[in-house]
Amino acid sequence: MSAADAVSERVPLRLRLARRGIDGVTLLVAPSILFVLALFIYPFLYGLALSFAPKEGGWLANYEKFFSDPFFYDTIWKTLRLAVPVTVINVLLSIPIALRVRTMRHQRILTTILVLPITLGTVLVADGLLTYLGPRGWLNRLLLDSGLSASPVHLVHNYWGVLLALIVSIFPFTFLLTLSSLTGIDPSLEGAASTLGATPRARFWNILLPLLAPGLAINFCLSFVQAFSVFPSAVLLGDPAGTTRVISIAAYTAAFEQYDYPLASAIAIIMGLVQLVIVAAVLSSRGFFYRGSAVAAKG
Amino acid sequence: MSSVSRDFRRLRFDRVSRQFGSLAALREVSLEVARGEFIALLGPSGCGKTTALNCLAGLLPLTGGGIWLDDVRIDRLKPEVRGFGMVFQNYALFPHMSVRRNVGFGLKMQKRGRAEIAQKVEAALALVRLSDQGDKLPGQLSGGQQQRVAIARAIVIEPPLVLMDEPLSNLDAKLRLEMRAEIRRIHDQVGSTTVYVTHDQDEAVSLADRIVVMQGGTVRQVGPPDELYARPAHADVAEFMGYRNLLPARVLSSDAAGARISIGDAELTGTVIETLTSDAALAALRPDDLMPHADGPLAATVAAVEYRGRGFFGTAHTATGTELFFRSDAKVEPGEALRLGADPARVLIYAGPP
Repeated sequence: MSAADAVSERVPLRLRLARRGIDGVTLLVAPSILFVLALFIYPFLYGLALSFAPKEGGWLANYEKFFSDPFFYDTIWKTLRLAVPVTVINVLLSIPIALRVRTMRHQRILTTILVLPITLGTVLVADGLLTYLGPRGWLNRLLLDSGLSASPVHLVHNYWGVLLALIVSIFPFTFLLTLSSLTGIDPSLEGAASTLGATPRARFWNILLPLLAPGLAINFCLSFVQAFSVFPSAVLLGDPAGTTRVISIAAYTAAFEQYDYPLASAIAIIMGLVQLVIVAAVLSSRGFFYRGSAVAAKG
Repeated sequence: MSSVSRDFRRLRFDRVSRQFGSLAALREVSLEVARGEFIALLGPSGCGKTTALNCLAGLLPLTGGGIWLDDVRIDRLKPEVRGFGMVFQNYALFPHMSVRRNVGFGLKMQKRGRAEIAQKVEAALALVRLSDQGDKLPGQLSGGQQQRVAIARAIVIEPPLVLMDEPLSNLDAKLRLEMRAEIRRIHDQVGSTTVYVTHDQDEAVSLADRIVVMQGGTVRQVGPPDELYARPAHADVAEFMGYRNLLPARVLSSDAAGARISIGDAELTGTVIETLTSDAALAALRPDDLMPHADGPLAATVAAVEYRGRGFFGTAHTATGTELFFRSDAKVEPGEALRLGADPARVLIYAGPP
């Protein structure tokens, strides 16, 4: 026993560290740790601390203010009312399109077209939609001239404008994630199901969807977080003082119009918590799904 | 659901073609399979055997010809309507379903009753000797077990045809031999008709009632294993069936009984298989049949020797540089000079390149 202890004491520190997976290569992680500390952890902790140091009142005053004033707490509901439908619509829409695109020959062309809105940025998309959906835009002119509608349809500066803008700008992202989950599923599984008598519908419900579900849950979370932090389209295409006064607008107003940084920080923290609750709820549902590889099992 | 009858008498490929762009994977393949037969499609990779199987399963549309089950044309039916059980090369087990649910999937698609499904699944698992593994996920099984699940899943629906695409290629040598026997046992026990794709001539010879040798998208020869083994109809089939010695030869004389040929400066007697059109010929010989003989016609120097338990297998070169593969029961050493000879019945003579 004591002999063994003596031996272990003589092992150099370098070797003992290496046994635990720490060696020279570990140093390569340092820049990214510094990066995360400086640009994420520090601002986050700073904001968190700031939110508990209100301009007036006790340390919880900012949170009390937020949850006692419907002008503030309604923004949660208004944001969810946009973000949840947008995410659900995008995820559901991405499935059939990805199913079709997967079997296409010129997949890359279509993927490029669909990805374009990401590269154009939210503001350009919002501006474009403003013109397109506006009272004198193509859509309304088409509806009026063809007699389908007697008066212009109001699609900008309200809830619907923001909803549409969010769908358009987030869809490519959702679609790409769905497509990549789908292409990870071995096509021979569908072939096997079809030889066993499964119709395309049965193959979708029994094979594709269960294998796709875990990917869709992650996809939902990532797309939801984007939609939840909507700002440019809510301002440009929405009704930022009314129905689309989303939570990020509340934080913006607090910070840059009232110069109340502690309140703005508190709102940002609440925003993060709401996202966290939704994401946690969705991810915990993944426990019901198979989570292994979607490739045909092989020994 | 299934509109295809299990009680067919014969399956017929009628000039089946399949093009991939400008590449012809199958060229007017015609073939007949009787009910209950075990047929092996044998050929090197790229010969079209897997394409033929996928066309039969309905996973690939044809670009020409038709596939018939008696007088019903099936090549335009969807795979789910054909209902042929297929065992994929990678098994294609559903990774999110237990073994039991994998095996029961086909029956569930046929909307059978719960009790019937449970009972048939148990019977199928017993047949492949996996009764105690029913609740595991495929990922928790070994390769051989997964392979048996794939077989159980394919046969539990009692398909008119069982299609197998190189099911043993992912297994190790010992398991491969075991599963080979298992596959034949299941075929006999279930009384199914099996079309089996393989590139392994040993596997085809030991499993099949009849072998279909394919090359370049065409059928080169169809026959029982012993016929293909002993008398391949063409030189390329012979090469594929293990005739490693394919020696360019001149025909000196030939009659009904056989031919006299010369290889370099050696003279041999052989059996003519293919009609000779000129004096150019190819002599095909298995290494097993070319053995040292005191008065053998082929003089050669041993280049390399491998011990394979049941004998020594060697490479030797003649004075004119022809490479020979031979077998010897006695030990031979590299550098040794030998005389090699063969039984005229085992020297097969094919028409040579003009």
